[in-house]
Amino acid sequence: MHKLKQQVVPVLGDKLEITVNVAGKGKPIVFFHSAGGFYWDDFLDGLADNYTVYAPFFPGTAPGKPDELEQLDNLWDAVLAYDDLMDGLGLDEATVIGHSFGGLLACEIAAQRREKINKLVLIAPIGLWKESDPYTVADWCALSYDAILDVLFYDKNKPRALKRMMRPEADSEEAALWDRDFIWTIGCTAKLVWPIPDKGLKKRIHRVTADSLIVWGENDKLIPPTYANDFKQGIVKSEVFTLSECSHEPPIEQTEKLYAKVSEFLTA
Amino acid sequence: MKIACFHLMPYRDLDSDFDKKYNSAWFTLPFEDVADREMVSKYFNWTLDELIFAAESGFDGVCTNEHHQNAYGFMVNPNMMGSVLARATRGTNTAIIQMGETAVFLNPPIRVAEEYAMLDSISEGRLVAGFPVGLGGDYAYSYGMAPVEQRGRYREAHDLIIKAWNSKKPFAWNGKYYQLPMVNIWPKPSQKENPPIWVPGNASPSTWDFVIEHDYSYCYLTYFGAQGAKHMVQGYWDKVEEAGRDKNPYRMTYLIPVGVSETDEQAEADYGEHIEYFYHKLLHMPQELLLPPGHMTHSSLTHVLTKKPFPAYDELNHLHYKEFNDRDYLVTGSAETVTQRLTEIVKELRVGHLLLLPQFGSMPHNKAMENIERISKGVLPHLRGIWDDEGWEDKWWPAGSSASEKKKKAA
Repeated sequence: MHKLKQQVVPVLGDKLEITVNVAGKGKPIVFFHSAGGFYWDDFLDGLADNYTVYAPFFPGTAPGKPDELEQLDNLWDAVLAYDDLMDGLGLDEATVIGHSFGGLLACEIAAQRREKINKLVLIAPIGLWKESDPYTVADWCALSYDAILDVLFYDKNKPRALKRMMRPEADSEEAALWDRDFIWTIGCTAKLVWPIPDKGLKKRIHRVTADSLIVWGENDKLIPPTYANDFKQGIVKSEVFTLSECSHEPPIEQTEKLYAKVSEFLTA
Repeated sequence: MKIACFHLMPYRDLDSDFDKKYNSAWFTLPFEDVADREMVSKYFNWTLDELIFAAESGFDGVCTNEHHQNAYGFMVNPNMMGSVLARATRGTNTAIIQMGETAVFLNPPIRVAEEYAMLDSISEGRLVAGFPVGLGGDYAYSYGMAPVEQRGRYREAHDLIIKAWNSKKPFAWNGKYYQLPMVNIWPKPSQKENPPIWVPGNASPSTWDFVIEHDYSYCYLTYFGAQGAKHMVQGYWDKVEEAGRDKNPYRMTYLIPVGVSETDEQAEADYGEHIEYFYHKLLHMPQELLLPPGHMTHSSLTHVLTKKPFPAYDELNHLHYKEFNDRDYLVTGSAETVTQRLTEIVKELRVGHLLLLPQFGSMPHNKAMENIERISKGVLPHLRGIWDDEGWEDKWWPAGSSASEKKKKAA
């Protein structure tokens, strides 16, 4: 397991500081986490073998800094904050990877920071919407902890899923704080996409020029896999990669297959 | 003290097994599956009849509130109800208590400033202006706004409404959430000093700070009974004291279901099924729908999860009349018993405005009317004087109600 360092980068004219987890050595990858918050998993750890992985906390979700969310009013603020962040990190050329909520951010950034993003990996991204496959933020915000497990995972009892979602023992102070962080993180990320994550990406997605890999779990119970094709149609140079026995958490559920495919895509 | 009649206007006749078929009585329960349109017409009119009867019988005020997309209570615009009540009680002291029209549900929120001003005009200054933050689920799921912004919107909407009522000239409003080029509302409230403001709350200590900062009356609405309320209410009074405010009991408003019977023994037969319907059927809702993530501030969420001031929400399903009654979730019994228990609660929590809920759950119209009559005759006269010996002035009672009181006394 790589050792994580944290770096704090001022953005938005110093109004906000983004806390970034950094690990590994090599060309830069910026990873945007899902609505559930930052989690250093085996997929990211594998990437850090060959790349420098920068994984920012979404503002408000970094430990001890809940008030930072107030500096972001909307998606546009977030895109510019991350644009500043990548400037601040000195990333003139980078790969961007985003998962779910982070997939929307990654795609928006690729549409904004066009020539400076060389590769884009979208893992079950939100951000497009069609009447035939509706979804809303209530699909993950209005669920109990147990119900979320059933939605997120094809098999919630696999070791990596259990590890990712392990709460401290019930009725302890640690469990209360775990719940607090889980609820608060979902609340923070929901701010940009409530109530339906259709915030205009469809009008900007054509601007993405990076080579793009779109990854989806065949059994995704949260965001329908049919959206993979919508992203493919929107992004000029893109391909779709689907994973069997996988719901909404490919990095947790199909770590090795995902890692192999992404590594191949990044070196191609 | 002042005692008002509160109404939730529930759907009173849900099938007994509806909660097996649907996971919530709120937000997702399909109207067409469980509700009867003709019955709904009756409920609205019964509700108005019950409130008007309460006013005629001696309650000091009548109180309505706002919720959406549920069987629990669907007065989606309490000001429509308040308007009927204001007109029906014309010439009396009855306070028209709106608890209330929820500013953050509306855009622009000056609609609340306008409607309250209209209601204050129709009632000739008898309006109590409730300023609810709003139920998280109503705001986020029914009305589609991000939970984490609710309190920011609330504060801005509040400031905008107060300015709209008090500004001598038209003004532009350039807020974070609302922008208006010319705010110049017609009418202004009948009460020149603004209608008194009550702020309901049920869980968030951050609401206390707001109430105390603005010197409003706090209205504690809880599902968990007077005994469970002690912790929260004491927290409020501690903050009042810290802020250097006085201990005026009218800073505190409290709501409780009440059922008066001929005897204590008769109470369970009279009210048991109705309170169980209220808790088991009308509050049938997963907690995630009640509190969308982001609704509570980070510090309030930390407080609630680590200190656990409430029992687990789903425990309510396992309680029955006896526990509800024993734990003061409601107060039932003979008029003497109810008087005695309410007196204890009022003194314990230091309540100046008591809101009684005489119709709750599945209680039919005729029983609600009987209950209102029994409360009016057997309970109200014995509660009124509770705070008289301390000599506090109720700064949160509408001028129109107090003025006509004086007029009446003079006559």
